[in-house]
Amino acid sequence: MAEVTTKVEKVVKLADPMEASIEPSTQEMIRRAQKMGIETVFDRAVTMKPCAIGLQGICCKNCAMGPCRLPLPKDGIQGEDTRKGLCGATANTICARNFVRMIAAGAAAHSDHGRNVAITFLAAARGDVADYKIKDPIKLIQIAPYFGVATTVEENGVVKDRSIKEIAIAVGEKAVNEWGKTSGTLDYLKRAPQPLQDKWIEQGVLPRNVDREIVEIMHRTHMGVDQDFKNLMKQGTRASLADGWGGSMIGTDLQDVMFGTPSPLQAEANLGVMKEDHVNIIVHGHEPLLSEMIVAASQSQEMVEYAKTKGAKGIQLSGICCTANEVLQRHGVPPAGTFLQQELAIITGACDAMVVDVQCIFQNLANVAKCFHTKLITTHPIAKMEQDNVIHIEFDEHHAMEDAIRIVKIGIDNFQKRGADVMIPRHKSSQIAGFGVESIKYHLGGSFRGDYFTLNDNIINGRIRGIAGVVGCNNARTKHNEEHITLIKELIKNDVIVLTTGCSAIAAGIHGLLTPESAAVFCGPGLAEVCETVGIPPVLHLGSCVDNSRILLAATEVVKAGGLGNDICDLPAAGSAPEWMSEKAISIGQYFVASGVYTVFGYHMPLEGAPVFKDYLYKGMEAMYGGMWDCEPDPIKHAHKMIAHIDKKRKALGIDKARDRVLMDMADRQALGME
Amino acid sequence: MSRLVAFAAIQGGYKVVAQVEGELEKALQTYDASTKIGFPNTAYYLPVIYSLTGIKCETLEDLKKPMKFARGLLPPHIKGSNHLPYLGPLLDAGMAGIFAYEVKEALRILREPDFYVDTEDPDIESGKIWVGPANDIILRKRGVEFVDGSAPGFAAIVGAAPNAEIAKMIVEDYQKKNLYIFCAANHNGKTVIEQLIEAGVQVGWNTRIVPFGPDISSAIFALGFANRAAMAFGGVQPGDYRRMLMYNKNRIFAFVNALGDVGTEWAVAAAGCVNWGFPTLADTDIPEILPTGICTYEHVVANVPHNEICQKSVEVRGLKINITQIDIPCSFGPAFEGERVRGGDLYGQMGGGKTQCTELVKMAEMNEIEDGKVTVVGPDLKDMKEGGTLPLGIFVQIAGREFQTDFEPIMERQIHHLINYIQGVMHIGQRDIAWVRIGKPAVEKGFTLKDIGVVLHAKFHQDFKKIVDKVQVTLFTKQEDVDKLTATARGEYRTRDERVDKMTDEAVDTFYSCSLCQSFAPSHVCTVSPERTGLCGAYNWMDCKASFEINPTGPNQPIKKGKVLDPVLGRFEGVDEFIKGASKGAIDTYNFYSMCQAPMTTCGCCECIAAVLPACNGIMTVGRDYTGETPSGMKFTTLAGVMGGGASSPGFVGHSKFNITQGKFILGDGGLLRMVWMPKVVKDEIRDRLNARGAAMGVQNFADMIADETIGITEDEILPWLKEKGHPAVSMPPIM
Repeated sequence: MAEVTTKVEKVVKLADPMEASIEPSTQEMIRRAQKMGIETVFDRAVTMKPCAIGLQGICCKNCAMGPCRLPLPKDGIQGEDTRKGLCGATANTICARNFVRMIAAGAAAHSDHGRNVAITFLAAARGDVADYKIKDPIKLIQIAPYFGVATTVEENGVVKDRSIKEIAIAVGEKAVNEWGKTSGTLDYLKRAPQPLQDKWIEQGVLPRNVDREIVEIMHRTHMGVDQDFKNLMKQGTRASLADGWGGSMIGTDLQDVMFGTPSPLQAEANLGVMKEDHVNIIVHGHEPLLSEMIVAASQSQEMVEYAKTKGAKGIQLSGICCTANEVLQRHGVPPAGTFLQQELAIITGACDAMVVDVQCIFQNLANVAKCFHTKLITTHPIAKMEQDNVIHIEFDEHHAMEDAIRIVKIGIDNFQKRGADVMIPRHKSSQIAGFGVESIKYHLGGSFRGDYFTLNDNIINGRIRGIAGVVGCNNARTKHNEEHITLIKELIKNDVIVLTTGCSAIAAGIHGLLTPESAAVFCGPGLAEVCETVGIPPVLHLGSCVDNSRILLAATEVVKAGGLGNDICDLPAAGSAPEWMSEKAISIGQYFVASGVYTVFGYHMPLEGAPVFKDYLYKGMEAMYGGMWDCEPDPIKHAHKMIAHIDKKRKALGIDKARDRVLMDMADRQALGME
Repeated sequence: MSRLVAFAAIQGGYKVVAQVEGELEKALQTYDASTKIGFPNTAYYLPVIYSLTGIKCETLEDLKKPMKFARGLLPPHIKGSNHLPYLGPLLDAGMAGIFAYEVKEALRILREPDFYVDTEDPDIESGKIWVGPANDIILRKRGVEFVDGSAPGFAAIVGAAPNAEIAKMIVEDYQKKNLYIFCAANHNGKTVIEQLIEAGVQVGWNTRIVPFGPDISSAIFALGFANRAAMAFGGVQPGDYRRMLMYNKNRIFAFVNALGDVGTEWAVAAAGCVNWGFPTLADTDIPEILPTGICTYEHVVANVPHNEICQKSVEVRGLKINITQIDIPCSFGPAFEGERVRGGDLYGQMGGGKTQCTELVKMAEMNEIEDGKVTVVGPDLKDMKEGGTLPLGIFVQIAGREFQTDFEPIMERQIHHLINYIQGVMHIGQRDIAWVRIGKPAVEKGFTLKDIGVVLHAKFHQDFKKIVDKVQVTLFTKQEDVDKLTATARGEYRTRDERVDKMTDEAVDTFYSCSLCQSFAPSHVCTVSPERTGLCGAYNWMDCKASFEINPTGPNQPIKKGKVLDPVLGRFEGVDEFIKGASKGAIDTYNFYSMCQAPMTTCGCCECIAAVLPACNGIMTVGRDYTGETPSGMKFTTLAGVMGGGASSPGFVGHSKFNITQGKFILGDGGLLRMVWMPKVVKDEIRDRLNARGAAMGVQNFADMIADETIGITEDEILPWLKEKGHPAVSMPPIM
């Protein structure tokens, strides 16, 4: 009897859909799940509270003498902080260890993704993997010099273009080497503005190779090694730079070369993109190596015809998380949802196959899939699930297309096994996605005059107040999408243009902020006018979380275009991850801070238990890199912290007042450049 | 509402490109593909296409390439909602339209070779009111005004004003601001040019009102002119599109006035112009594009009232214009310099064979004259009947602590253009052969001879404030006073000429640099010595000296000649040191008196270009007014293209016309006696001086030994003639 009561109590403790998300299709699907007795992340967030000590960041479980827990008393510490672990580790040491281990994990995730791309790229360059090709030779030629790869060759005194194959092999070899080279520092660091590189040299944080910096974090945070929080953060910074200016950036670039550099395209977003009369296949995870092939397979005449033989009208491919962003940016494949909607996509009852690779994949997907006909297919050797209903089809780039067709076929074959109870929410939005460093440049002036100066000029004249990067995850501890959307709306209302990636970008798409029409509705008059002139949305989708490297390069282009200082930290710009949850977000945050960006996280930071260390991140970093951390859960206050920083930078640049119209005589004109 | 602009311009792009593709196809069916096409007398092919893409269009077949390029630039049409970004596509569509328009004009000239008159001014009497693409002579003459700032920019007016009166008001306002007014296109069949002719306004390059053509495609000539100026004077290389467009944005301050309804074909042209940084201001209610970026300020401004359009245009383009306000009843400025006073308009005249007209500037002691005192001694215009004549003596006295008698001729030379700047007054000649014609409209406005004095007083103060403290002007109109002044003046002229003629390079220890055009030809540094005047013909040693005195930090700097390294070729240690620095290391030495060994660098503004003719063992020279072929195998424009931009090219040298008969002219290579060919017009102009200098070198009637185009335009054609005439070059030691 008592047992039954407990069960009843558990059932009662369910998430309130209206409190869980601001997004109607999510609310509908939570309600449906609850009706069907299927538990989702939203319900678990109600039943399970986060660990209060872990939340403070001061639980050390790095040796078997612990876990040692050093919670900060509620009213803080007056006088000397005497908290110690068994070994004597202070709260600062423990908190910093935990923090840099998060960086290590995040950098590892991005960079391992990058490594897989690099290895496949090299194989493709050599012609070893038939299904991968060099699709964008222009970008290849553009990046080759950064790797020290010549694009021309001298033959008998005549300078000739080197063959694309040769360049690609050389770039591929150099790129793969970045993970483990034995001397020097990462090649891509020289893409940063010179003053920033100088800061890195001064602080001694130039990454040597990607893997080494991550391994060194694991070493330093082992019991009894690095016990100085500043020295730990030095390594944390170095590893994060190896991610942002290394693994991630190389990953993004080589993906562009292989799969095409994104350019703006029209698409849709949200669960409503799934179609009842189509085979619905969802790709979820992060690496585009497989999903690119699935896009090709699902669009092939053969597969479409095959789907028709099974009674479907066609194949609707959609995505979740950053895989969604990768295929959206390059092919216009619509995202079905954010990180927090992954279970809900299956709960529609219309998902015939969900194909996952790495990162951000709920193990609970298998439990949800069990309730429906959905085939859950894991594909990556490093990411399997214990549940027995999960199919593992290990993806091998040597048989990429073959694997993709096999997977798509499973989805098609599964179409007829759908239950009667299908409910796809009707909600979906239009969006423009596919922005990147190159396409923004083009759209700021066309083939002849494309230049970031157009953006800078409108920042200088005050129509655009500043630039914000709003990125990152969803977090079930916050109301789904609320922080993202409230924050972004507040920023654009104050004429701050937003660059977005990851699940933040999907959220912005779902809520209609990625349409050009949204400018007139949500923006301040200045930003609205610029958006109208260029024909862009006020929020620009720059891709997946690995593509945050695009934001670094866009910022570098803005610096180069002139008029806004000499370094990224001079720009009227700020970064944000309002609903962050993953360790990758911490790595991203740190490489943004170390690149000069004021970076505000939402929800909570695991730093409260070590006020001195927290201060170092929130204040001390600015003197070293020009950027620093901050945290603000309230999205409106969060936005205004960013705006205040932007205004501070505008003032420093002397562009805080209205610009006079300068009329020029010949002498003034001759002083103007011609570049 | 930029989306509507983008929508219209992209539609216009498709329309224009498709239309011109059709015209080209038709032409290819009518004519042979190898048929020559092109604009008259230019070395820049179809200049917009050539400058931006490097494509040289010489035949009908060649036109396919830019059309294919234009087609490739056309972006997708703009969707109604959730559209893709359009600024870049809009500008690309504009460029596609511009390329197509240039091809369209080339096809028109092929079909109707006489549609345009290739002269500075139209032939209104015979109904030929459109001048079309300016040739390279006009370009060189006028283009330099854009790059040195004497013409601050141009207004490209398309369409027509509501009536002739408004058209006249707008255009005269631009003239007063010294802008060129480039006119094209019609609004419902009416053009601004026709309106101006109707209103009695003189149109043509000489009044800066250029009637390019009656269609929107003719607006391409404005862009072609701007881009050629950038190549000829700015050293921008063909195909370097980014630099070309930025050069235009930051140097050539032009804008578009759209008068009348803006359809898709105008919209695509306006979008194209934005690539140049040239904004559009319209008198109609079209969607505006106000944010900055591609242009310096706004891109499209609408609903501009006609009486504000000039001021507003100048502001939108970010142009500061310094207008001279002089207290005379007529408008005043360079735009009126080329205006003529024709027979029918003539009220009265002085000089020109009818009466004596003499000008003299003399230095005076400070206490001798009264500043600003202008006196007319004798009858003025009011005392003269319409169609009458008067003798005139213009006597200007200048006092100044820094003033020197050497500056007198320099100041005197200003009188010509300063009087011409007065609207309705024309000045021809100089010294004692001056000729002043006064038009009726000027007299109607209240112009008197005294106003000439007012102008000279004001401008001398304004332009030469460093050396001028006091200016007094006396205008004599009684015969005996004029005769007296003329006698004094002739004495002065004689003394001055002798002083200049006797001046030698050996006699001075200081030369002057001239880097006036260096911002356009970056490695070019002119050095001016008494016996080598500036290659543009505008600056001699004395001018440079005066210019330095007037503006010690200006473009003319003294150079200590230093040790003479080579007296024959003319190499000087001080000069070498100077040019190394001034050319930023690009040039480390050059010779003053040789064109075969390290000759002086040449910019795009040279008056003549000399070239070695190896078979004749001599040299030729060609002036920029001569458009024909020369024995060097190249026309002037081609030579200038090869040489300009600050290169030192052995075998070629740029020089002034006057320099030909100066004592040191290529003396290191044998001197003037090497001259075997020059255009007849140049030869006739300097015939006396050629003979004098020839005689001094021991050859009588030397001018008659120099071949010209009537003898031949190849070395093979002229060599037998030279031998027959016993030309000294034939028997001189080998030139190379």
